Amino acid sequence: MTPNPNLHLWIIPLLPLAGAAINGFLGKRFSRQAVAAVALGFCGAAFAMALSIAAQFSSLSLPHLDPPVGTWLRSGDFVINFSFAIDQLSLVMLLVVTGVGFLIHIYSVGYMWEEGGYYRFFSYLNLFMFFMLTLVLASNYLLMFVGWEGVGLASYLLIGFFFLRDSAAAAGKKAFIVNRIGDFGFLIALFLIIQHFKTLEFHTANLNGVFDQAATYSPEIGGAGFLTATALLLMVGACGKSAQIPLYVWLPDAMEGPTPVSALIHAATMVTAGVYMVARSHMIFERAPSALTVVAIIGTLTAFFAATIGIAQTDIKKVLAYSTISQLGYMFLACGVAVFSAGIFHLMTHAFFKGLLFLAAGSVIHAVGGEQDMRKMGGLRKKIPVTFWTMTIATFAIAGIPPLAGFFSKDEILWRAYQANWIYWLVGLVTAFITSFYMFRLWFMTFFGEYRGDAEASHGDDVTGSRAGAPVPHTSASHGQGHGGIHESPKVMLVPLVILAALSFVGGWVGIHHRFDNFLTPVFESSAVAATTFEGGAATQARQEAPGLETTLMVVSVAAGVLGFLLAFLLYNRKPELPARIAASAHGLYRAVANKYWIDELYAWIFVKPLIAISGVVFWRGIDQGVIDATLDGSADTAREVSDNLRHMQSGNLRSYAGWVAIGATAVIIYMVWVGLRTP
Amino acid sequence: MISLSYYLVLSAILFACGVAGFLIKRNIITIFMSIELMLNGVNLSFVAFAAKWEMLGNKLALSGHVFVFFVMVVAAAEAAVGLAIIIAVFRTRETLNIDQVNLLKL
Repeated sequence: MTPNPNLHLWIIPLLPLAGAAINGFLGKRFSRQAVAAVALGFCGAAFAMALSIAAQFSSLSLPHLDPPVGTWLRSGDFVINFSFAIDQLSLVMLLVVTGVGFLIHIYSVGYMWEEGGYYRFFSYLNLFMFFMLTLVLASNYLLMFVGWEGVGLASYLLIGFFFLRDSAAAAGKKAFIVNRIGDFGFLIALFLIIQHFKTLEFHTANLNGVFDQAATYSPEIGGAGFLTATALLLMVGACGKSAQIPLYVWLPDAMEGPTPVSALIHAATMVTAGVYMVARSHMIFERAPSALTVVAIIGTLTAFFAATIGIAQTDIKKVLAYSTISQLGYMFLACGVAVFSAGIFHLMTHAFFKGLLFLAAGSVIHAVGGEQDMRKMGGLRKKIPVTFWTMTIATFAIAGIPPLAGFFSKDEILWRAYQANWIYWLVGLVTAFITSFYMFRLWFMTFFGEYRGDAEASHGDDVTGSRAGAPVPHTSASHGQGHGGIHESPKVMLVPLVILAALSFVGGWVGIHHRFDNFLTPVFESSAVAATTFEGGAATQARQEAPGLETTLMVVSVAAGVLGFLLAFLLYNRKPELPARIAASAHGLYRAVANKYWIDELYAWIFVKPLIAISGVVFWRGIDQGVIDATLDGSADTAREVSDNLRHMQSGNLRSYAGWVAIGATAVIIYMVWVGLRTP
Repeated sequence: MISLSYYLVLSAILFACGVAGFLIKRNIITIFMSIELMLNGVNLSFVAFAAKWEMLGNKLALSGHVFVFFVMVVAAAEAAVGLAIIIAVFRTRETLNIDQVNLLKL
């Protein structure tokens, strides 16, 4: 095997960073065209470089380790390098991130054209690309963590992009703080790994990396050891970043950000970082069966739970947000049953169709002048045909209708879940039905029937009280509101839609005959080993005898998708008065769902309020005011009192000074005489 | 033979009286006299030490005596200048109480 050439992978993340720096520092003086050119140029260059690496990929020996760019820190034998690596898994992520990212950059040029802070937006967007690519290409956990934290920062900045709006600023803070909880788990996991393996590199040339060492461990069956603890802590981190139960609450609020941000960060790339991290750490997870079970249960529950909330949302972006959480749950389900390749497959197709859904939703919002409430849309099919058709493809894709992308990946997950435990499959199937239902609900409400919007803009008054119902402060001045002003988006926004629609259509075909699976096999090859060890070989066996079963399951899951379509068709197209009656008859349940099961309120009650109370009473009044301030104030007061008394010595009376001198001299003399008498 | 200690004790008493007078009295002339008293207390200890030095059989050392003359010269000069100032003060202020001669004090 010939040694690999130096691919200079470090250039890929650095390109968007350069763009971010140029736009961030100088962009204020640039024209909009120049800002867009800089952002697109650097992001496109990163994409081009990713493509060139993909082109020479087959000639590489994998996993490829680039020589370290430099040493970051060194403590005894423990060394952390700025080093990047690539294998099949990171190549998939690299292409998805740069490709979808580039398309969304293009889209943003049109979407954000009317907004203030144009250069700021693109600077943040490029900054996000930098951190995301660092995360994906990093060859050790610490560098990955830098990217991990960095995308959180970019996410915070972009959620709060309209920072003059209180709700946007609050949503940014919420996302950041909830992510901190997850990052805490991640950090502890890193400490455990350092303590145990004495390194953070994934793989090293001398087979001393974390995974090289972990590969020699036997699975911790029926017990919990070091690997289980590490895996669970990593999962805590993934829960925060990828919005899984119990840390999913930030993602719906994150829809406060501009729509391209929701598409790029909160649907296609950043939120999938948790899935990527779990898949990357598969060596550890496979050897911790109980942790895998936890991952699978969290994924299944999240998928189901978020999907039910999605039914009753009226804000178009909120529906998509809960849908994202739900789909991420599928990915974790796949990881939890140790079929990481299926999870990554769904990650990829999801990036296509969910990115597309968000962009199309953005186009819809753009068309109706900033309105996000689906109840005020309707009948848009004829008015914005390109958006309609692309959205249609994405909707059918996510609903799992063949031959679109979502069908292949979701079906793969459900089939593999069935082999592990039929309960996962059943919940997943029900979720697929609900997914199909709420997506077609969105589709029918938005594009069919009569237009229900007002001539004038009247926003808010949202049943859920959701903050994203507030007006997006854009377009209103330059575009007419209401019926007459509905118009298709400019070409620069439509082109990415069409490309993503094509990808959503054909993207799943790479999974036919397990080609995608086989491509990733070198990365996950020990999955099979683990599967045999903790599933008693049943899965492997099933895989051989499966074709008949697989077809049956496929038909069932497609039927679930079609059923969701039919139900939505019945409720939101044929008999639009029915949903209100159903909601009225199941009042309590409807209220619970529409209010997102009061989870936000519950968290506020359990965590936020006590925290604020404790901070106020103990930390602020108690420690800060009572101890720290009191110490400082007290010492200052003492000094003042002492000097207040001492100042009487300085009377200004010359003879009293002379008296002090005399007293002092006397004291010195007495001391010296006393010393003289003591020494013989 | 009178021992050195007696001279030194007398010198200390003279000096202490001078200090006490300097601190207690308000009249400038009395204060002036107290300063003279302190100077002479010191002079006494100088000559006492000088005499003791010769008595111990050392070579004649004049430094103790010379110091006394220096002190006397300075004291005489001081008396000349000081008394002139006192007369000038009395002419302008018609008092010699130093507590009332404090215009330069803040």
